[in-house]
Amino acid sequence: MLGISLLGTFKLGVRSLLQHKLRAALTMLGVLFGVSSVVAMLAIGEGASFEAQEQIRQLGSTNIILRSVKPSDDRRSSNQSQRVTNYGLTDDDLDRILETLPSVKRVVPIRDLRQEVRVQHRMINPRILATLPSYLEVTGRILSSGRFLCEQDHMEATNVCVLSGEAAQVLFPFDDPLAGIVKIGSEYFRVVGTLVPRTTTIAPTGTSDLVGEVFLPLRTARRWFGQITTKIRPGSRESELVELHEILAQVGTLDSVEPTAEATREVLKRFHPKSDYEVIVPLELLIRARETQRIFNIVLGAIAGISLLVGGIGIMNVMLATVTERTKEIGVRRALGAKKRHIIGQFLVETVVLSASGGILGVLLGILIPTLVEEWTDLKTIVAPTFPMLALGISVLVGVVFGLYPAWKAAELNPVEALRHE
Amino acid sequence: MKLNSDTDAVIEFQDLRREFRMGSEVVRALDGVTFTIRRGEYWAVMGTSGSGKSTLLNVLGCLDRPTSGLYRLAGHDVSDLDDDELSELRSRALGFIFQSFHLIPQLTVLENIEVPLLYRGDDFPGGHDRAIALAERVGLGHRLKHRPSELSGGQQQRVAIARALMNDPAVLLADEATGNLDSATAKEILALFDSLNSEGKTIVLVTHDREVGRRAEKILHLKDGRVVEIENVRAAAAG
Ligand SMILES: Nc1ncnc2c1ncn2[C@@H]1O[C@H](COP(=O)(O)OP(=O)(O)OP(=O)(O)O)[C@@H](O)[C@H]1O
Ligand SMILES: [Mg+2]
Repeated sequence: MLGISLLGTFKLGVRSLLQHKLRAALTMLGVLFGVSSVVAMLAIGEGASFEAQEQIRQLGSTNIILRSVKPSDDRRSSNQSQRVTNYGLTDDDLDRILETLPSVKRVVPIRDLRQEVRVQHRMINPRILATLPSYLEVTGRILSSGRFLCEQDHMEATNVCVLSGEAAQVLFPFDDPLAGIVKIGSEYFRVVGTLVPRTTTIAPTGTSDLVGEVFLPLRTARRWFGQITTKIRPGSRESELVELHEILAQVGTLDSVEPTAEATREVLKRFHPKSDYEVIVPLELLIRARETQRIFNIVLGAIAGISLLVGGIGIMNVMLATVTERTKEIGVRRALGAKKRHIIGQFLVETVVLSASGGILGVLLGILIPTLVEEWTDLKTIVAPTFPMLALGISVLVGVVFGLYPAWKAAELNPVEALRHE
Repeated sequence: MKLNSDTDAVIEFQDLRREFRMGSEVVRALDGVTFTIRRGEYWAVMGTSGSGKSTLLNVLGCLDRPTSGLYRLAGHDVSDLDDDELSELRSRALGFIFQSFHLIPQLTVLENIEVPLLYRGDDFPGGHDRAIALAERVGLGHRLKHRPSELSGGQQQRVAIARALMNDPAVLLADEATGNLDSATAKEILALFDSLNSEGKTIVLVTHDREVGRRAEKILHLKDGRVVEIENVRAAAAG
């Protein structure tokens, strides 16, 4: 019996709503926007959070990144032409860190080169990293084909290189890059492997215009390209002598990341009075990113909550008007034997139908918005399957909460007075 | 069910009062009303405007509670019942017919007739067929899918009568049921009441119209909330 009367009540609710289509539609809009903003904001928030964490994870949460930075007093004099600026991390730093800090398991040196990379007429300006085989494992990057640099490449300073996905794409658009020959500067290198492209990276400053990455054995790079990099700018020739541009230090456990970073700063301070380096701790970034994300989510949630609240108040308003309008119907139903709970049920079903249909449309719009956002901006969005369900649940809840008072008011009407109502 | 002195009694009023407090003033809409209606009887309630007819019918219909006095419906002392039990009683024992029909506008004829099924509190497997049969009985078998707004007043009142009969109540209560109808249509409706009464239905009908009142067996004359006379129409006609 309950099933039949529930279905009956539901049909009746829909029918009553259809009596005032425009009104129902406008009321639904309130919930629709509330729910869609909940879904969209959750999706954008989740995407941003995923992206930030992915970015930091790719840097390696147990890694500490040391980077050479041109000291500011040198920057002033850099207009003087032909001058060679000498700054940054050195091979000695590398050994020192490994020797004095037992919590550091591995260190990876990186030298950046500025050279054009060519395959026949195709040319790119990639970030060229001269490094050691351990780079791959420490950064957790993934090979897509071939192999990475090996110990032998380094010892024998052979002319081999590994291309990132982007670089391979540009240089070998039609052929298999493996065993292909690329020309770096004036030397020829054999491609031995390619890497899966990085989705994100915290690139060193001044490298954002570079396309892709090319990896060389460190010793090979020093053999052919020396220690001095020269940038030619209009009006000036800027030469720098930097032994190592970057050192990646991998720490054994997450707990020791912070103290090791601190200790590293201490060790380097003694040998670098000019502070020509910076220490980047992805873990710290990760923690800060999570905190920012949390605040971001709270703000987004509050905004979405307010729009839902407004939607709910809209529903309540309309239902109160409906109750007044249908006072006589309520009296008739009471005369025909309806109990108070039947009346409550009837009006509650109406509000829930209203808010749930608003909720369903809102979920659709809420899924569409992140898709468009992703299309038009470079923001990443993620619609987790729980969001629509959450939003639907919330919209039903809104219907119940804001429908309860009008329904209760309807049920409490005196039947005699309700019947006499015009 | 309690045993009464009069086992045929469907409705018993004893010294029943209904007062309305209007600020400091007290309006005695019913002022000590006593009468007994037996199963199958056809009563009319008459009186001037403001004499308390509607108030009496509301109390009879368990829509309103008396201020004092006893009201027994089918053996139940109504003053003992809570709101849910009164609703139950309205659903099972009483059928209402109103002056302005009071059909639910968004429902079809058939759905209007079926409304009382919703509130019975049990399953009524033959309900749908019974609703169709009742629609045919009141002459609207061909209008089942129509909305009330598409019907004439007389037709709407027929639907209301079918609806009142849906749960097979002991008593039909009608307040000025023909008040909004022209005399020819009113006659048809009254003929329907006659035939329902002849099938054993107890009917209480409030009216202004002496001619309408004369179709009943007994007329309860009210004045200022009091019973002035219980006129026995058929006895008078016979005598
Ligand atoms: N809710 C109320 N509050 C105050 N007074 C009321 C109320 N309902 C009825 N009354 C009063 O009770 C008296 C009887 O009213 P009732 O409606 O029963 O009269 P009636 O006989 O049905 O009149 P009519 O023929 O005009 O319908 C009137 O004086 C009326 O003013
Ligand atoms: Mg009246």
